[in-house]
Parts: sequence; C-alpha cells; structure tokens
Amino acid sequence: MTVESEYSPDSDNIMSVSLGPQHPGAGHFRIKLWLDGDYVVKSEPDPGYVHRGEEKMGEYRNYIQNVPHLERPVILDSSNILFAYSLGVDELMNNRIPPRGQYMRVIMSEINRIISHMYFLAIQGYFMGHTTMITWCMGDRDFWIDLGERIGGARVTFAYIIPGGVRNDIPEFAIEKGLKTCDWFDKRMDEYEKIFFQNPMVHQRSDRIGVLSKSDAIALGATGTVARASGLSFDVRKDEPYSSYEDFEFRTPVLTQGDSWARAYVALLDMREAVKIIRQALKKLPPGPVRLKLGPQPRVPAGEVYVRTEAARGEMSYHIVSDGSPRPYRLKIGTPSFKNLRVLPYLLRGVHVADIPVIYWGINYWPVEADR
Amino acid sequence: MSKAKASPPPAAAPNPAPAPGPKPAAAPSPTPAPAPTAPPKPEPVRAKSFASQITSRFPEVKVEWMKERRLKVVTTPTRIREVGLFSRDTLGFDHISTVSGVDWIAKNELEVEYFVGSSTPGLEDFILAVSERVPRDNPVVPTLIDVWRGAEYHERETHEMFGINFQGHPNQSHILLPEDWNDLPPLRKDYVSPGR
Amino acid sequence: MVAVQQQKTGAFQVLVGKIDDVLQYAIGDPMRYLANWGRLYSLWPVHLETACCSVEVGAAAGSRFDIERFGTLEAFGSLRACDLIIVMGTVTRKLAPRLKLIYDQMAEPKWVIAMGACSITGGLYFDSYNVLRGIDDIIPVDVYVPGCPPRAEALIQGIVLLQEKIRRMPTLGGR
Repeated sequence: MTVESEYSPDSDNIMSVSLGPQHPGAGHFRIKLWLDGDYVVKSEPDPGYVHRGEEKMGEYRNYIQNVPHLERPVILDSSNILFAYSLGVDELMNNRIPPRGQYMRVIMSEINRIISHMYFLAIQGYFMGHTTMITWCMGDRDFWIDLGERIGGARVTFAYIIPGGVRNDIPEFAIEKGLKTCDWFDKRMDEYEKIFFQNPMVHQRSDRIGVLSKSDAIALGATGTVARASGLSFDVRKDEPYSSYEDFEFRTPVLTQGDSWARAYVALLDMREAVKIIRQALKKLPPGPVRLKLGPQPRVPAGEVYVRTEAARGEMSYHIVSDGSPRPYRLKIGTPSFKNLRVLPYLLRGVHVADIPVIYWGINYWPVEADR
Repeated sequence: MSKAKASPPPAAAPNPAPAPGPKPAAAPSPTPAPAPTAPPKPEPVRAKSFASQITSRFPEVKVEWMKERRLKVVTTPTRIREVGLFSRDTLGFDHISTVSGVDWIAKNELEVEYFVGSSTPGLEDFILAVSERVPRDNPVVPTLIDVWRGAEYHERETHEMFGINFQGHPNQSHILLPEDWNDLPPLRKDYVSPGR
Repeated sequence: MVAVQQQKTGAFQVLVGKIDDVLQYAIGDPMRYLANWGRLYSLWPVHLETACCSVEVGAAAGSRFDIERFGTLEAFGSLRACDLIIVMGTVTRKLAPRLKLIYDQMAEPKWVIAMGACSITGGLYFDSYNVLRGIDDIIPVDVYVPGCPPRAEALIQGIVLLQEKIRRMPTLGGR
C-alpha cells in the first residue's frame, strides 16, 4: 500500500475518484480521493456546494431581519446558531435578558441539541447498514420536534431565540409534555445503547477506526464531540457559562479512545445530559417576562465582540463588528463543522474505502453549516 | 457572557415589558419587577497580565481592547509570526478557534484576526485575538499554519473572501466559492451583491 | 411555387381511420394506463441533497410520515435506474452544472419536483451572489412544493400531485 509521502498522482496503481455531491454516502459535499486498490492514499475535501453567502447577506439586513436567514445553515440545530448571534447582539447592546427568557433559551437550545444528535445517530447507523437505528431515531426525533413546535411554532425553523430574549412564552401544556417526553426518552436511550452501542457488528465497523489523538485534536482545532471523544473537555457551557447555565447541574462527558465509536457514544451521553438540563429547567422556570422590547430596527452601539456557545456539533462562534448603524458591519460565523473539517483529510489516510462514510459522518460534519 | 463587559453600564435599566404570551405558565405578580441593578463588572485580571506579558516582550504591539475573557492585540505582518509562537508556547494558546477578516474601506485597510483559545485547564474560557492590518491594494501576510495547524482552511476562506495573499500557504484555491469565480472577492465592501 | 398535395378522402382512408380509433381504444389506451400505473407507484428518487430541505425529506422518508407507502422508494445512488429527482432547497452556482449533468444522465421518463422556496424562485436567498434564482432555468420542473422548508405532509401532497400528473400522461414512451 502506498503512503501519501511516496506516491505520485500519475503512477499506474493510483486511481482518483470523487465521492461526489451525488452519492448516498456523501450528502452535499465532495471528497476527492486517491486510491490504491482498497486503501485511501490521500483525500481532499471539496466543500462549497451550499455556499449561500450568509455573511454578505448579513450586512444588507438589520439585526432583527438577520434572524430568519441565519438559522438556516444548520437547520437541524437552528436554535443554537441563533443563540450565539443573540448573545453577541445582546452584549453589544448591553441587554440584560430577564431570567425566564434565559431559561427558555436554555430549554430550546437543549431540545435542538437532542434533535440534531438524533439525526446524527440515525445517519451514522444508516452508513453502517444498521437500518433499525435510522428508522428508530428518525421516528423518535419527531417527538422532540413536536415539543419544539409547540413552543416555537414551526417544525424545524423555530426562529425562537432572538436578540432581546425569546419570541414568546411557553404555553402551559408544553411544560407537561416536555416532562413526559423527558421521562419516555430516558428509557428509550437505554434501548439505543443495547441495539447499537453494544452491537458487535457496530463495534467491528467503528472500533479503532479513525483514531484522533489528543495532541492532534488540539493542533488541528477540533471542537465539540470530536474533541470530547479524544480526551479534551471542551464545553463552552462549563468553561464560560452563558445565559444562566451555571444554575443547572450537568456533566461534560469525555472519552479517551478517539475512534469513531467514541465519537458516536459521546453524542448519546450528550443527549442524556441535555435531558437532565431540560427537566431541571422546566421544573424551576422563574416567572416574569421573556423578552425585552427592542423594536423592529434596534440601534446597536459601535463595538466588536466575539461570542461562543456550545452548539450540538461543537463551538459556534460569532465575530460581530458594529459601526453604530442598524446593520452589522461584519458578521463572521464560525461554525463547528468548518472547524472540524481539517480533521477529515488527516483521518482518511490508509483506511479502507468502506470506512470512509463511518469516519466522515463520525466527525459530525454538516456541509450546509460549514459552507454557510 | 452577558454579564462580563468592560463598557460602562447602561444609564437606564432596560424595561421589562410584560410579555403577551398565550398562557404564561406561572402566576406572575401584577406589578413589574423592580429594575435590576447591574452587577459589578469583574476586573479583567488575566487579560491585563497577558497584555503586559506580550507588550513587555514585543513593545510595538498595541492592545486594542480587553474584557474579562477576551483580549485583542494588534501587530504588523512582519511580527505576527513571533507573536503567535509566543502566545502558543509561553502563554498556552494552542487551540485555534477561527480566523476572520474585516474590510475597513474608509481607512483603506484589511484586517486579519486570529482568535485562539487554550486547552490548558483553567484557561479554556479565554480567547486571545491577534490581528494585523495590511493595505488594501497589496494585502500580503505570512501564513501561520506552522503555528496553528488548524488554521489552514480558515486562511483559505479569508483569502478567497477578501483577496488576502497568505504567503507560504500550500493551497490557496477556492474552498467555498465556485472554481470559476472571477469577480471581486465577495466580502469586500466595494463588491455589491447582484440582487441589490 | 410549392405544390400542395391534396388529401384524398375516399372510402379507404375513412376505413383506416376508423380501425385506428378502434385499436386506440382497445389496445393503446389500456396499455398506456397500465404503463402509467406501473410508473407512478414506483417512483425512485435520486439521492442528491441540495440544501437544508433535505432534513424534511429525511423526516418524510422516516417512520412517521412514510413516503414508501406511496411507492416512493428510498433515495438511491445509481442514476440510470432512477426516475425522480427532488431538488431540495437552494441550488448554488457551484452545484448548478452538476445538477444539469445529473438530470441529463437519467433515463427517460423522468420527473422533477422543486421543493422549497429556494428552488422555485431563490427564496430567502434572492440577493445572494452565489444562488440560482429558481431551477426552472436549467431543468424542466413538474411539481412545485412551496414552503421553507415545506412540511413533510406538503411534500407528500406534492408527490401525490405528481402521481396524478403521471396517470394522465398521454404518450406511451415518456413526456
């Protein structure tokens, strides 16, 4: 088998193939591969098929008009990308969000974390041929989408967390429904462990596949589930608690194996912690308003801010520069998928072709989010 | 994050207007809550110590702003590599977060900012921003891939969005834009979107 | 001067015309109905995820809103066997030539569903520098499903509408 440092692209036994944008194992993304038989010699990711220019569009809209289009890059996890944006704008405007609004932001963020991780585990099972996992997870995910719909109004694009608080208050029946969903889901996650994470076929296909060591994870800038599966305890909710996360009791799950099985298992453990947070928040919701009245065109004072939140996939960061006008001067979105992308060509060296989807989806990469 | 600010507290507390929800779950008191007093801002102790360490080692580096968990220093393209190596090896900022560019068209300058975090326990919440400014008509800066390896794709994106040339970068082809893009770099202020 | 050939309307031509009508009713129409019935209940979409509406297609193919009960199988990789392409969401300028290539490679008969506001008119991203304002400039569309993203039930309604269209397709060999 040729190694990357010794090969030349024109040699006879190297075949270049693209795992293209039209492929069941790829999604909206292309990976250029150079293969020697069944082994990958070199790979190069080719993102950009869904680059819609969110950052430039953000400069043409004011701070409230930016909310609908900013939640669509990672539509699975739409509340978390808006959470970071709202925190940035609130910090520039010196807004103090009422406590009930902060708790509702936390609840919605954790619900979206579960929705996103369920999609991740569903497709991870699908790529390994474990079709029970995709049908179970896509079906159970709908219960959480229903809960989000009762709070936010639409199915996946809630547009709930906005600068100034959240859009509307939670109705009373949604609190009971939320607590019931949490209780049911705890038992359901035990079943997922039995059919998927303790399954010997899944272990065979993902143990010791795509191992990322701790020092490599730091040097390459890995974040989120990828970093936590390699022994780094990066969690913005614990490191710099925002929006009253310090009131809740939860752990940050960290594993040390660094392989694809660990990256999927960290997602399940994240969901367990998310259920704990939702239960605590729903039980002790403080009374009061949920939103500051900002008006349709809020004036934001000039300044520069860099905020981070913990989205489902990792650290979502915003660099907002404002010059005092109602529109942002520069809106830079740092999405976790783009930060984790550098890990992919590093892991895809010397692996079998059949391991490519397992590794590629295992770094929890969502192409629309990386391209913005 | 909403409690740590270096800017002065607002003169009037923001008004907690009663929210017209469909059915608020808890029974609120009819009188609005008293205006919350802003908590005292914590002193940016760590930021000051980092700033003094950097400025004592590199006297020409300027500190632009500092908050409790953020610090921004501005340097020149000739010195940024050494500043980066110093922050990584001595101060412990080894985990690159992102690289951002800003187009200051009024001053005819482009700015590149490297936001770096740390994996040292106790310092994981701090972000150091190292930035440099270059003239708009000849934006050439050195690449910092050998300092922070994860900055490779971020620098590529900044190159194609602003037209900044990172010298020493192995591959400055388009990463997000189409391969046949032949217009101005889109995030510059003199590029107007065709829909506008 | 072009000589116009006159059609002779004798008895032989009338007889042939009537036999043609009878054959059409007796064999042609039932064959066409049978072929269309077979096609509309076995639609097979290509797996081409375009943008964020793919999440709702995934939910529609899941266990709650099951599109397989309408005959639409799971999205597949090999183009030559598929006959439906659901363009889910925004088509950017980088993906547009690939979309045209994929459409050209599929075998006849083939249908296109434009799902989501972005593939109909550019949608929310109408002023972006990298977005195609509607896909019907490059490929012909049969059914438009509006929404951002359309609910899974709306996508199912779009598929049923396409099935109605196929049922009424006039020719035996395709569009």
